[in-house]
Amino acid sequence: MTTAYERVQAARQKGRPTAVYYIQHVFTDFLEMHGDRRFADDHAIVAGLAYLKGQPVTVIAIEKGQQTEDKIRRNFGSAHPEGYRKALRLMKQAEKFHRPVVCLIDTAGAFCGIGAEERGQGLAIAENLMAMMGLAVPIISILIGEGGSGGALALGVADRVWMLENAVYSVISPEGAASIVWKDAGKAADASAALHITAQDLYGFEMVERVIPEQNGDFEKVCVELREALASELKTLKSLTVEELTQQRYLKFRRIGGDEQ
Amino acid sequence: MFSKELFKKPNNRLEGEQESAPDNPAETEGAPAFPCPDCQTPLDPDSLYDLDFVCPNCGALFQMSARERVRWLTDADSFQEMDADRAPVDWLQFPEYAGKLEKAQRDSGEPEGVITGLGAIGGEPCALFVMNPQFIMGSMGAVVGEKITRLFETATERRLPVVGYTVSGGARIQEGMYSLMQMAKTSGAVLRHSEAGLLYTAVLTHPTTGGVVASFAMEGDVILAEPKALIGFAGPRVIEQTMRQKLPEGFQRSEFLLEKGFIDRIVPRANQKSELTQLLRMHREVTDR
Repeated sequence: MTTAYERVQAARQKGRPTAVYYIQHVFTDFLEMHGDRRFADDHAIVAGLAYLKGQPVTVIAIEKGQQTEDKIRRNFGSAHPEGYRKALRLMKQAEKFHRPVVCLIDTAGAFCGIGAEERGQGLAIAENLMAMMGLAVPIISILIGEGGSGGALALGVADRVWMLENAVYSVISPEGAASIVWKDAGKAADASAALHITAQDLYGFEMVERVIPEQNGDFEKVCVELREALASELKTLKSLTVEELTQQRYLKFRRIGGDEQ
Repeated sequence: MFSKELFKKPNNRLEGEQESAPDNPAETEGAPAFPCPDCQTPLDPDSLYDLDFVCPNCGALFQMSARERVRWLTDADSFQEMDADRAPVDWLQFPEYAGKLEKAQRDSGEPEGVITGLGAIGGEPCALFVMNPQFIMGSMGAVVGEKITRLFETATERRLPVVGYTVSGGARIQEGMYSLMQMAKTSGAVLRHSEAGLLYTAVLTHPTTGGVVASFAMEGDVILAEPKALIGFAGPRVIEQTMRQKLPEGFQRSEFLLEKGFIDRIVPRANQKSELTQLLRMHREVTDR
């Protein structure tokens, strides 16, 4: 039995594939698009167009980076408002061209800094949540590593939310929860269990529709499965009218913590 | 800057007497004076509603419970509360949460952290939500998200504008992902209300942070704020730890957000009823045309 904290450690493991790996192995002909047309290009968000088994899709991903220099450039996968605004710009573009959106999520959280606050981090996330609720094209979001709170949810309001076997998704980091609740950041393992943040937990809560097996670390195989699963699910979603699609998306989140649960 | 005292429950008799005599403040007559937490000026608790919960000497804003705020803001006898008894659920059986909820309920006299309902401000009908700083500092659990969602849905059905007063330390950690998902859920309800062409005015009060800022607090057509309120995604302590530097004075206060262009207006308490009334009236006239 793998503990919640072991999953947290696996999700953060050095050398674990990050978003760019999936972009290269699940999709073909990726064409990156830069910038939010407002302020800057946030390298924590990698976004652009690609083919998924021949059909054009918009891919939006949070990239933590692999080597030290790359990690610094990508701010360790903690996006600023301009990153979320780039994501929103490309979602709106996908909607215009009737292209599905695939989001890959891997972040400890939205960046907490002076510049991020000055440029409206809260607003940027809020705008994404609202826009994704109404977006007229299918959205599938996949948690590939860490799903850190609002900064992850800002790409996570989707028709389908999937998680890799060892991915975690939480309202707060286990360390943060431990230090607030028990005044002891060292109790992160206890907090990981108490918060119920594993793919298996969230599948049980019906917040996640599919858990993708990690094939004992053979991530090429994981990518093959993802490609097939995405293609088949997008086919299902594309058969819905826009009204059905957005209504079902709303109701999926609407149920959580309501009377039916 | 606010003193730490303002985060605590104001020490005045009106608090406990709300439930037994909501329409008769005269019953508190003869209450002993209590000092303003900032300047220590002795104040008569009976005068708080007339003072708009602001110290007449130093201008400090007293913390208002959600129920005091509703009573202060809405026209007499107009407010009909919705989902009044909706109580929290310990979804995760989170350690020590049951006791924490019990204490919050006892201290606040409320089952949860937000009051919702239909009422009127200056004769203008609206749907209203008011978050409660005295219930785990307005933290957003599933009941908070559910009640606000239901309010927006009711407002959409009845074609009513929404006025929402926010105060929040952020997500309710003990409800884990049930808490985080309320951000998505409430945003969906706000979107539907907005698409119906209806007005949503958010009024941000001290402090409004975390998941509430990253969802419905910033989704208003009009966003107002009380003076000097702390408003931000990340709390100042978290930013100081991340940046390893002291934050400038006034950072993340209402005045700072106004300067940066993220809120429409800062409205002192004395003007809030009249400004909200004007906004509601202007939008009623538009939809009637």
